[in-house]
Amino acid sequence: MELQFLNNLSLGFSVAFQLWNLFYCLVGVVLGTLIGVLPGIGSVATIAMLLPVTFNLPPTTSLIMLAGIYYGAQYGGSTTSILVNIPGEATSVMTCIDGYQMARQGRAGSALATSAIASFFAGTVATVLLAMFAPPLAEVALKFGPVEYFSLMVFGLVAAVVLAHGSLIKAIAMVFLGLLFGLVGTDVNSGVMRFTFGIFELADGISFVGLAMGVFGVAEIITNLELKDARDVFTNKVGNLMPSKEDFRRMWLPILRGTALGSALGILPGGGALLGSFGAYALEKKVSKYRYELGKGAIEGVAAPESANNAAAQTSFIPMLTLGIPSNAVMALMIGALMIQGIAPGPLVMTQRPELFWGLIASMWIGNLMLVVLNLPMIGIWVKLLTVPYRVLYPSILVFMAIGAYSLSNAPLDVAMMAAFGILGYFFCKLECEPAPMILGFILGPMMEENLRRAMVMSSGNPVVLLTSPISAGFLLAGAILLGIVLAPSIRKKREEVFVEE
Amino acid sequence: MKIKSPKDFWAGLMFIAFGLFFLFFALDYKMGSLTRMGPAYFPTVLSSLMVAFGCVILFQSFVLKGERIPAMTFRPVFIIVLSLILFGYLIAPIGLALALVFLVIFSSFAGHEIKIKEVVILSVGMTILSLLVFVKGLGLPFPIWPMFLN
Repeated sequence: MELQFLNNLSLGFSVAFQLWNLFYCLVGVVLGTLIGVLPGIGSVATIAMLLPVTFNLPPTTSLIMLAGIYYGAQYGGSTTSILVNIPGEATSVMTCIDGYQMARQGRAGSALATSAIASFFAGTVATVLLAMFAPPLAEVALKFGPVEYFSLMVFGLVAAVVLAHGSLIKAIAMVFLGLLFGLVGTDVNSGVMRFTFGIFELADGISFVGLAMGVFGVAEIITNLELKDARDVFTNKVGNLMPSKEDFRRMWLPILRGTALGSALGILPGGGALLGSFGAYALEKKVSKYRYELGKGAIEGVAAPESANNAAAQTSFIPMLTLGIPSNAVMALMIGALMIQGIAPGPLVMTQRPELFWGLIASMWIGNLMLVVLNLPMIGIWVKLLTVPYRVLYPSILVFMAIGAYSLSNAPLDVAMMAAFGILGYFFCKLECEPAPMILGFILGPMMEENLRRAMVMSSGNPVVLLTSPISAGFLLAGAILLGIVLAPSIRKKREEVFVEE
Repeated sequence: MKIKSPKDFWAGLMFIAFGLFFLFFALDYKMGSLTRMGPAYFPTVLSSLMVAFGCVILFQSFVLKGERIPAMTFRPVFIIVLSLILFGYLIAPIGLALALVFLVIFSSFAGHEIKIKEVVILSVGMTILSLLVFVKGLGLPFPIWPMFLN
């Protein structure tokens, strides 16, 4: 067992240390930091934008780069939170509170260093967790038949909806919309073209890249353009980067707590980095010895959420890599990237493509190291970037998205579809309908239909089979309990409170 | 009856509309049975459920108080969407380089302020950068110059 573990890791590092993989890992983390620093463009939109670029890369390399963007963005987001009180990413909202206060007290340097140390520690632990827990989980998943898979997907969608913020019922409706969008195209069983309206290009289904870039990227730009471009930037002196002895003494417990909570929340469907950082801050408020200093520049308020968001960003890969189930929009994009490469996501990835699985894990650790080494000295450059006005930024983003959409099949229709989904995404935003559950549904739609079909063929059309298989019944029961808990009035109120801060 | 939550009201209508749309077109396909599901089976179930949820959301909007829909300015929507669509259809006839210049300049009009010099520099810069990255670097097969030049 242990030997196996070491063998796996050495395979992973030998893949991750290949020159091209190192290069694209670097590209990923630098890009991630960049978009993490810049408010108004998130990691989901960026990853969607870069999906077309990955067509020409080997699968391992492209996943390494895309993953780098995701956890790199967590680092970048904290930099601007601390220095200018602007969360570059939603996940670093909590870091603003104490990080910015520290900066105002002239301790920006130690806040930045704390955030880097916390992120690196959490990233390392989460990588080890991923390496340890993914193989046994995949082994369990290998025993799943269509019945179990269908119920697992139901559970995954329920959990994602429950943990997402905003209205529960709208999120459920968005899942259905995503599932339906996912069914557009040729039905694999009968060969019938569904909902294509004679448009030849739709035979392969709605392009995932176009959909994601539209509802996240284009819609984001349109929404941002409505706001006045009022971003005043002033740079505080960064000061000494080295935290004091006292700082070190106070930060290690919050880092441990943040890492533990973040790792746990990351695995849950619908969890991920956002929930991790909110949870960790709330936990510190309850248990920390220095909880009364929180909000006034306490180092715990930086260490805990920063370690939690990074840990969660990494452990959210576990369900994606082992079960093929996306737990958040970023993971849905990763699955999209795998499918573009012709790899069916699921438990078989680990045994059939060990170099991909272990290479990705090893690269995460290397990427985290790169982030620490690169970012602390480069903070000045990142802050300068904030002075780039949005009127310059958004046409540039549009250029990349437009080229990306066109390059999908060298057809203008893909660009037009992306634009149309941009309008749809804009209305979603106005009506407060979260697009993330729709993206999850879109990815899972065809898989759910296929598994349900097979399950019904095997049971000669008896739906009770979903309840007689113990594993399947377990998933459905867990989903029902989750829904029940959330719908209970007291919890519902609490849930709204938690997410209102965002 | 008074609408108490405009956001929910329109969201509910949207889901019902989408649901009916898919439901209607699913009629063209074979339903099959539970054992042998036809192409219409799963979409019919899903869109019926979506219509049901849409109705609940719609109903809620008359009962629960909610926010108003924030003001919409249609200039950015219109310009951004139009610039993207035109870009897509312009590539084949006028080539990537000119289409990019067009995209940057036209989309700049969606913002609050336009600085002509800045926009021109940006459009040329982005075009050169994109040609280097996508055509030279990644080798994507784009027509670069207008058709009549080739």
